This record gives sequence, structure tokens and C-alpha cells, in this order.
Amino acid sequence: MSLDNVKNIVLVLSGKGGVGKSSVTTQLALSLSLAGHSVGILDIDLTGPSIPRLFGIETATVTQAPGGWIPVPVHAANPTAGIGSLSCMSLGFLLRERGDAVVWRGPKKTAMVRQFLTDVLWGEIDYLLIDTPPGTSDEHISLAETLLKNALPGQVAGAVVVTTPQAVATADVKKELNFCVKTGINVIGVVENMSGFVCPNCSECTNIFSKGGGEVMAMDFKVKFLGRVPIDPQFIMLVETGRRPVYPIGTEINGLDVGRSEVVDNSGDYKDPGQLVEKYKDCSLCPIFKDIARDVVNDIESTKS
Amino acid sequence: MAPSLEAPDNVEDVLDNPLKTSPNLVAPEPEHCPGPESEAAGKADSCAGCPNQAICASAPKGPDPDIPLITERLSGIKHKVLILSGKGGVGKSTFTTLLAHAFATNEDNTVGVMDTDICGPSIPKMMGVETETIHVSGAGWSPVWVLDNLGVMSIQFMLPNKDDAIIWRGPKKNGLIKQFLKDVEWGEMDYLLVDTPPGTSDEHLSVNSFLKESGVDGAVVVTTPQEVALLDVRKEIDFCRKAGIKVLGIVENMSGFVCPKCTHESQIFKATTGGARGLAKEMNIPFLGAVPLDPRIGLAADYGESFFDAYPDSPACTALKGVVRRVGEEMGIKAEVILPED
Repeated sequence: MSLDNVKNIVLVLSGKGGVGKSSVTTQLALSLSLAGHSVGILDIDLTGPSIPRLFGIETATVTQAPGGWIPVPVHAANPTAGIGSLSCMSLGFLLRERGDAVVWRGPKKTAMVRQFLTDVLWGEIDYLLIDTPPGTSDEHISLAETLLKNALPGQVAGAVVVTTPQAVATADVKKELNFCVKTGINVIGVVENMSGFVCPNCSECTNIFSKGGGEVMAMDFKVKFLGRVPIDPQFIMLVETGRRPVYPIGTEINGLDVGRSEVVDNSGDYKDPGQLVEKYKDCSLCPIFKDIARDVVNDIESTKS
Repeated sequence: MAPSLEAPDNVEDVLDNPLKTSPNLVAPEPEHCPGPESEAAGKADSCAGCPNQAICASAPKGPDPDIPLITERLSGIKHKVLILSGKGGVGKSTFTTLLAHAFATNEDNTVGVMDTDICGPSIPKMMGVETETIHVSGAGWSPVWVLDNLGVMSIQFMLPNKDDAIIWRGPKKNGLIKQFLKDVEWGEMDYLLVDTPPGTSDEHLSVNSFLKESGVDGAVVVTTPQEVALLDVRKEIDFCRKAGIKVLGIVENMSGFVCPKCTHESQIFKATTGGARGLAKEMNIPFLGAVPLDPRIGLAADYGESFFDAYPDSPACTALKGVVRRVGEEMGIKAEVILPED
């Protein structure tokens, strides 16, 4: 089976939509890759795949090889720089037109999820991150069932649960945590995304979607709180247009001064050369995800030993 | 052998197969199952050897006998509007709540809200009725009344514990949506707003087939400005086209954020590809307006208050009222009837 050479499988879950599952998956993958691990991303959001867009590889197509599909490479391993390889698989790569609706009922989705889990030739990778759609329905049940049946013991490391701080979001995410309890999926921890927004003009932090809800929820459910990730429009610009993030001097994010430039030109939508993984190092969220990735890795290693 | 992927081109097939009562299966559907409700059920090539074959083959064919009952039940409702978005967390439920409150400001109107998001219901919390339960009488299930003229139905009211996960596959979700339409005593209503989950799957197909007969005014599509969201929304509009649902228009939510300290406006979810306005033009649908990101909208939702009543003077409120009037206009209702100028 194609998962045989995958060392660890990590699910990225949330009961709520639009909280940043895909962007957390993306950044976790980039951070793990920067730490030297080889990473794969499997996007099982069939009706709204976002991973191809986030990596700027929307026009890529999947190659069929004897025995399965070859995932789309994002970047190759660079041992001198200590960067691991990164590749992705998503339904987005299989669609003829990017605007095409995928109107599938449950059984068809189940079959696709199963096929994604069995027929993708990942090769030897350290981490496979599985990005999921919102909810606790067909895709999730199929995912849990297939992994339960096919994965090797200890291979499924657990789930990173993403939420935003406001009560309306945590209400749905609590359902997802209960789903993990019922299906026996270990929760590695909770990430609170969109926690505060730092004004690029005056560096004032506003809690647009309130603050602290994710941490309180993690405490209630006795799971680890992995960290708070603020909204950074520069990250959105990085993935949308490929522009390298630059911050005005004095910008503090989670207590860290990330400002480098006197004047910041936010007008241009130009694309900087270089790989996403290189440019991401300049993003204010990179150190935050470095810590989150480290905690995830430590958690996985400690349960294994 | 290389794996095969059936091209996802059978949308029309799925839409043309009207929903029928699902037979009780004895085993999970096989991979290439034509669908237990379809004409080919029990007869297709992939049915050979399936333990369900006999059950599916003998199941009654033809349209769902419950559809006339649904049509009858909903005959007292003048306007039905769907709130859709391919993307999650863009503000479908928030907008549904605001639209419902806006319609209900006119005391002569009766408004119903049906929450078809089975796995992540948000409407009860946003309306401040999270802890209510449904009452059952001889005439059917009673909706939970938020105001004298604003009733709500959601799965949240049926859960023993509010954080319970609803781990349901498609057919079960479809069954509940049918009950919401067939067994709820909606009565005489001016508007029924149907809030949906993200995506284009079971819930959307069911709502479409159940309501087709009784007639839907159209769908309001909600999005945020960035391309990652528009990408999914484009799929939803494609779905509406294929399903024959009229798109009343598109609303851009979370459009720009004004810093409360320095009043500098930031485009948090920057519209790098033209935002909803661009998409509306591209897909040739009406653009209903843009609502700025205001942290107080989220707060009002968390506390279950009406944002219109709590912050009537905010710019977001003015923008929302504009959008509500445009929705009315697209439905052919005069703006002053929907929301009188204040």
C-alpha cells in the first residue's frame, strides 16, 4: 500500500469552515520541511480544494505511473540548506476546469478518499499531513475507517485541530474534538488561528475574532494548546501573489520584533523570485509555526519511544 | 495497473435523479454504486455481487412520494431564499441571521430560518437560542421562536449535549433535512431562509430536489474577497447554474478592516483577483454589496444579539442594510417594504 513508506500521518481537522485548516496545513508543511523533514500533503477537501492554490501550483497535473498516482512536487529536498522535500495531492489537480463544481454524494466521496489513501505513491516521507473539509461527515468517517483498517500501528500520529477564537467557531470545533474521542484519534493539540490582527500602519493589535477561545477550549478538553497565530495579510499576499513579506520597523508579532524595512510598499502585486519555502522564512508567522512544528514533532516522538 | 478516476462530469445525472426514499441497505455501498435511489439501482454492472442488490432492485422507483407532502407543508411560505457559499467561515450563517433580523424588523413579516448545516450548526448560537429544544405537537415539530415573528429550526435543538459530534453520512443528513421540511410546522410565512453548509454535496442536492417543486426565489452567495475563497465560490455558482437555481447575487463579506486606533483601512483578505465584484462580472450575476470586517459583528454573533439593534450607527450596519435592500430588489420586493429608510 502507498502509505507503507510514510512514517507519520497527521490529520488537520476543524469542525468549522474557513478557520485556516489549509493555511495551517501549508505552514506546518513548510515548517517541517524547513526543519529537514520530507513532507507530503493530501487534500481530501473534495468539493473545495484549496491546497493547489496555496502552493501556487493550480495548473499542475498529476502523473499516472504503474501502480498509482505520483503526487505533484512543490520543491525537492535540498540537503545543504537542510530543507526536506514537499509534494501534494489534491482533487484540484484532477479537475478539467478550476471553476468546475464537484457535486458528489457520500459514496462517491468515500471511494475517492479511499483511493487517495491507497493509490498515491508517496515514496519515503517523514510526515503526511492530511487536510480535511469542515464537518464530521462522509470524508471524515471514510478517512478514519480507512486509516483504522490500513495504517500500520503507530503510523497515525493524531490530529492537529484548528479553530478561530470566537465562540461561534469553538462551538463547532468542540464537536470535532468529540468526533476524535469517538473515533479514537489522538489529538496532538489545538491551534488558535486568526488570533488578533496587527495594523500595518500603527502596529495596534485588534482582536477581530476575539481572543483566547482556542486556549480555553483546549483546557476544557484537556488537550495541548499549540499556539496562537495572528492574521498576517503579508502571508496571504505571499501565497496569493508570491510577494516576499516585508514589515515596517516596530511591528511586533507575539512579542517578537519582525520589522525590517523603513518604508513598506503594499501597492505592488509583484512576484518575487525564489521558492515559497525560502520566502516563507521572511514571514512573521514562520517563527510561530517553527515552534508549533517542533511541538508536534516532539509529541509524536515522545509517544513513539 | 494505473488507478482510474472517473471524470467528475456526472453532475447532471446526480441532479436529474430526484431524491427517493433510500432503501435500507444491509452493507455499505460499493465504490461504483450507481446510488440506491437511482434508476439503475440493482441493475448496474457494479451491482453484481453486492449484498444490497436485491434490496435496491426491488426498491420503489420514481420520484420521492414525500415531495408533494413537502410542497403542501411549505405552501404557506411566500418567499424561499437559500444562502450558499462553496467556502466555509465566510459568514453564511452570520449573513442569514442578519437577513432574518432585517426582514423581521417589519412586524407584518413572519420569517423562518432553517439551518441545514448538520455537522456544524451555528444559527442557534447566533440567534441566542442555543439551549432551546423542539416541541412536538400533533401538527408537527414547532420551530424555536427567537422573536414573535422569527422562527428557527436546527439540529442543535435536538442534541442531548451541545458539544455532541454529529457523525453522519449523507443519507442520514438527507433524511433530517427532509424532516425539517416535511414535519416542521412552518405555517404562514413571508420568508424562509435556508442556511447551508460549505461545499456542493448531499445537503445542497437534497435542499434543491426537495424545494424544486415548491419553488425557490433564488440563492444569495456569500464570499470573502481573496482568491482562495472565490475559487470555491465559483464552484458553488457553477452548481447553481447546473441545478437551475437562480443566483440573486453575491455579497462580499469581511471586505476591509478599519483599525479602531488609527482608522487606517487594511485589506486583510486582499482581493488580488478583483474580489466578489470581479467574480460577479465574470459570472454575470448581480453584485449585492460589500460588508466591512467589524469585530463587533462577531461579538454580537457570539452573544446571540442582533447586530442591527446593538450597533445601528456602525458603517457595517449601513452596508448590511444596503445589501438587504438589494436582496429584496432582486426578489422583486420594494426596498421600502423590506427595510424602510430610517
